[in-house]
Amino acid sequence: MKLIMAIIKPFKLDEVREQLSALGVQGMTVTEVKGYGRQKGHTEIYRGAEYAVSFLPKLKIEVAVKSEMAAAVLDAITSKAKTGQIGDGKIFVTPLEQVVRIRTGETDGDAL
Amino acid sequence: MKKLAHGALAGMAALVAMSGAAFAAGPKIDTGDTAWMLTSSALVLLMTIPGLALFYGGMVRRKNVLATMAQSFGATCLMTVLWYIIGYSIAFTNNPDAGLNQLIGGFDNLFLKNMTLNSQTALAGTIPESVYMFFQMTFAIITPALIAGALADRMKYSAFLWFMGLWLIFVYCPVAHWVWGGGWLGAKGALDYAGGSVVHLNAGTAALVTCLVLGKRKGYGTENMAPHNLVLSVIGASLLWVGWFGFNAGSAVTSNVNAGMAAAATQIATATAALSWSFIEWLIAKKPSVLGLISGAVAGLVAITPASGFVDATGAFFIGLAAGAVCYTSSVWVKKWIGYDDALDAWGVHGVGGALGAILTGVFAKNAINSLGKGWLYDGNVAQLGIQGIDILAVFLYSGIVTFIILKLIDLVIGLRVSPEVEVEGLDINLHGETVHG
Repeated sequence: MKLIMAIIKPFKLDEVREQLSALGVQGMTVTEVKGYGRQKGHTEIYRGAEYAVSFLPKLKIEVAVKSEMAAAVLDAITSKAKTGQIGDGKIFVTPLEQVVRIRTGETDGDAL
Repeated sequence: MKKLAHGALAGMAALVAMSGAAFAAGPKIDTGDTAWMLTSSALVLLMTIPGLALFYGGMVRRKNVLATMAQSFGATCLMTVLWYIIGYSIAFTNNPDAGLNQLIGGFDNLFLKNMTLNSQTALAGTIPESVYMFFQMTFAIITPALIAGALADRMKYSAFLWFMGLWLIFVYCPVAHWVWGGGWLGAKGALDYAGGSVVHLNAGTAALVTCLVLGKRKGYGTENMAPHNLVLSVIGASLLWVGWFGFNAGSAVTSNVNAGMAAAATQIATATAALSWSFIEWLIAKKPSVLGLISGAVAGLVAITPASGFVDATGAFFIGLAAGAVCYTSSVWVKKWIGYDDALDAWGVHGVGGALGAILTGVFAKNAINSLGKGWLYDGNVAQLGIQGIDILAVFLYSGIVTFIILKLIDLVIGLRVSPEVEVEGLDINLHGETVHG
């Protein structure tokens, strides 16, 4: 199993979610986050006082899937979250040791 | 204009001075004038709460929003009580000593004890004294409250209240008496329709002194001090704009042609100044910020205040144009060059805008608009510029010096500034025990 964590532009969430649902992904966690990468930040000016805002708002989505689905999920996120502009985000994939569904006690593949 | 009524009824004023008491059966009350002045008083109160509270509250950081709003609201309450106790008497009643009356009003009307159901004042011939007292009270509320823009984020609430109270009695009341209450500046012919020098230059100068005495906010120039919610500031500036019709058109103290011209001039100057500031900023900083738009509007309101009942529409337009450009320069560039921390630009907008408006009143005042004013451009009265200059200089020096003394005294006794820990953690939680959630 894999845990796929992606940082994306906030307005791309709906497209990504639709594509993942179409692939059969059953669940997803979304968090509002702030960060920077190559896009760096931006500058705000208030009556001449300039402030560098180094952390920009992004969304972090987390999806747990069976290993064989990982490539398709990566593909879906990459194609749907992409604008071609700097700041589109990144995807991190890590191995997942164990999953438990709290209500039933089902584990691993059954719990996904 | 306060002075208009005063001039027209000078004879009556002398009568009051001689009898030593407000007369019970004055001229007939005009119901139209009274209705307009009741409305104007409520409009001017609206400028401070919630107008100024929102305008300033939106510009500070999230940790200091409530403390900033508490300053506007607390000042409103304290000034009201002090105006009843002593303020109205020393600002707007006659001092039995004619020499002293040039400087300060009398002490006969402490606790408003001469104000009766039917009493009137020579300063406002067609409305009850209660309404005139209330109208002037709302000016006495907003003027000290304006200073809070310079001391934001770092003053103790206790010190703030002491400062507001002492400043009202020792600075605002004498200056209001000089110009409007029968004192020397009014007698000299200084033109100040609704408070360019009495209110805005006066408060602005005090603001400049206050931010110099207090010192910069901790982290000024390095930390992010961006406004936490400009939506509040937009609502606040809009309420200031609407309330300002009570301020300027209400200063006719009657519901007549002068009130109408003052309202029209106010609207034209304000809109022009907002565009002027905004276009200059657009050109220089590449983006027309919302804060710039509303700051320009307030600058226009300030600058047209002394001129509002004396100028025509074109005069108002040029005053607005100048106000946007000059206040932009003072708030954005001069502050940066000199390096004082006038947090919300109380000096940059109100002080500079008030002085600019006072000078331009001397330029654009038109005898055909108001028989009491003769300016340079239309009436060839160059001397008016000198009188306006004296008005500005007198208010600037007096307000600056007395403000400095008051602040030093308070600092000596209870201290002006919060501790660095409190400043970093925020005034809301430390001074008021509350925070803004959500």
